[in-house]
Amino acid sequence: MQSLVIVAHGSHLNPDSAAPTHAHADTIRETGVFDEVRTGFWKEQPSFREVLRTARGEDIYVVPLFISEGYFTERVIPRELRLEGWDPALWESDGISADTATLVASDIDKEVHYCGPVGTHEAMTDVLIRRAVSVTGDDEVGEGFGFAVVGHGTERNENSAKAIEYHTERIRETGRFDEVRALYMDEEPEVDDVADHFDSEDIIVVPLFIADGYHTQEDIPEDMGLTEDYRTGYDVPAVVDGHRIWYGGAVGTEELTADVILERAADAGADIGDAIARVRQQTKPTTGAVGE
Amino acid sequence: MSLEPTLSDTQLAAFSEALAEGRIDHDGLAADYDADADTYRIETPDRQTTVSAEELPVDAEQAAYISNWYFYTRTVDSEVTWAFCRWLEAAAERPVPDRYAALDAGIEREWGQLGITTTISEDGTRHYELRHVDDGDADATTLTPHTDPFEARDIGTLDAKGRYRPLRTAPSLKQGWIFPDLTADKLYEAVEAFYPATVVNWYREQQGELDVDHWRDEQDRQSGIYNLITVLPDEAVDWAAAACCDDSQCLKRREWQLSDDEPLDAESGDGVFPCREPCSMVVAAGREWAKLEREDTRTYEFELTPSEKAQIEELIDVVADGAVDEIREADVGEGANRYRVRYLREKRVDEQGNLSGTPTDPEDEPDVDHDGD
Ligand code: SF4
Repeated sequence: MQSLVIVAHGSHLNPDSAAPTHAHADTIRETGVFDEVRTGFWKEQPSFREVLRTARGEDIYVVPLFISEGYFTERVIPRELRLEGWDPALWESDGISADTATLVASDIDKEVHYCGPVGTHEAMTDVLIRRAVSVTGDDEVGEGFGFAVVGHGTERNENSAKAIEYHTERIRETGRFDEVRALYMDEEPEVDDVADHFDSEDIIVVPLFIADGYHTQEDIPEDMGLTEDYRTGYDVPAVVDGHRIWYGGAVGTEELTADVILERAADAGADIGDAIARVRQQTKPTTGAVGE
Repeated sequence: MSLEPTLSDTQLAAFSEALAEGRIDHDGLAADYDADADTYRIETPDRQTTVSAEELPVDAEQAAYISNWYFYTRTVDSEVTWAFCRWLEAAAERPVPDRYAALDAGIEREWGQLGITTTISEDGTRHYELRHVDDGDADATTLTPHTDPFEARDIGTLDAKGRYRPLRTAPSLKQGWIFPDLTADKLYEAVEAFYPATVVNWYREQQGELDVDHWRDEQDRQSGIYNLITVLPDEAVDWAAAACCDDSQCLKRREWQLSDDEPLDAESGDGVFPCREPCSMVVAAGREWAKLEREDTRTYEFELTPSEKAQIEELIDVVADGAVDEIREADVGEGANRYRVRYLREKRVDEQGNLSGTPTDPEDEPDVDHDGD
């Protein structure tokens, strides 16, 4: 029996924070490859401290639904899950290459496989591209388009910028988009001046965030000038300084993110059969319906 | 009883197979197989029989004991669910025949704001119906039916007024829904979705193995922005527990104290399921209060009529009890009535928002001589 445990931040104020976690848990549950899929949160119930005791499997895979390696994935989660002998060095990561570590969780006296965060897995690049497709409604989108991956910046965590750079570079390597840039909320190059950083008339903007909330729904749309007041909403695309901005919101809400969670568990040894392929197929956006 | 317990071929086959492996001793049923004689010796509290396979079961009572064994050992797959289902039908208090009779009529138990009714089929299969306790008397057809236990999560996300419920164990679950017929495993999932980890923690407690982490343990563990809680005075922890963990605010029974040998004075509550450590809401609130508790007190002078003083106290009560909405629009006699409060504000709060014109900070004292009016 194998269990998947997805751990995420959650919120005391905003129900949208946990929504992607629940949605991806449901998607994975439907594939039937795990005997159970549990979710645990920093701010909601069940807490990180108690989530492992809700899991019954012999093989337990813990996947953090977080964007970067840092304070949460290296300190808070291992401490709260009570992973004996945890040391971030076990991941042998340069900040974006965490894979998995197998440790006894003293809460349940059993070994668990503690995986790196979803945000730094290479498959997350595909999710960013999938979001470009879903926000434009065009399966073939790429030519004539610029792509901005947006992050917090280094202020709070150096690795968060590394994750942004990493996916930006990987999207660039596909050669699919005319231009690909990393932009930040609190440092240069800033998302506020998005139009200044691109020649392309059409720019897709996708924040590398797990859930929609204050930053992705209020801050970024207002800073980019998509709207004066987030409460009145914004158009997709919205015209700013002669560019059409296709703003995608937090990438973590893209259904394909479920796939990255599966990849993380598979990398740690979970037997998931063809679930990845099935999720890819199932989460495909019905293109052509989105847009103006 | 009107229920006529029977056994299916599958159940009988499972029973013989299990006995071929060894003796069965389960919930009042003791049985073994004599291979030489090819007979089964079956003992229940009131009777002992030795029969051949063809003669099984000899009567309805024996069928009940065997189907009860089958249900618990062959269809419920975790010890936690097993214990929970037994609690739901008060198994420890009644032998199987009485229990079957009671289950025929339906046994109701409450788990927080969940009302769970267990019923039974003739073959011993349990059926669980789940609805809000306050919908106990509602006609089931007036409630929205659900079958997928994970939908419980969405039902529990917002309260009846559409406000987010960050604490799922708060007594603010909305009404109007029903899971009419769940299996034991699905019932477990639904309860887990409504009240995460409550069943496992209750089970640990039943086993005498609940691991309680007290406030001081929590303080020691905190790092980052939360280490502020380490400076929260001890008496403030009591106020925090009384403010947040009271039954009117959270349905868990608070088992954590200041430390193992420093109990808190605040009431623990009567909840069925325990709270084994301060939750993130209480820790976040504790952090806020730690900041506030760093302030020293000051002496202020206010001019109020006795009724105005009483009104302010009433206001505090009404807000703290979440009873603002209960006050009728025109009931100006109530201290927390909106018109009455607006009147007080007009009269006693100046343009800077200072009560009775008294500045919060003495440095902001207006440069006028005021003699009290
Ligand atoms: S700490 Fe208090 S409010 Fe939080 S879950 Fe426990 S009893 Fe409820």
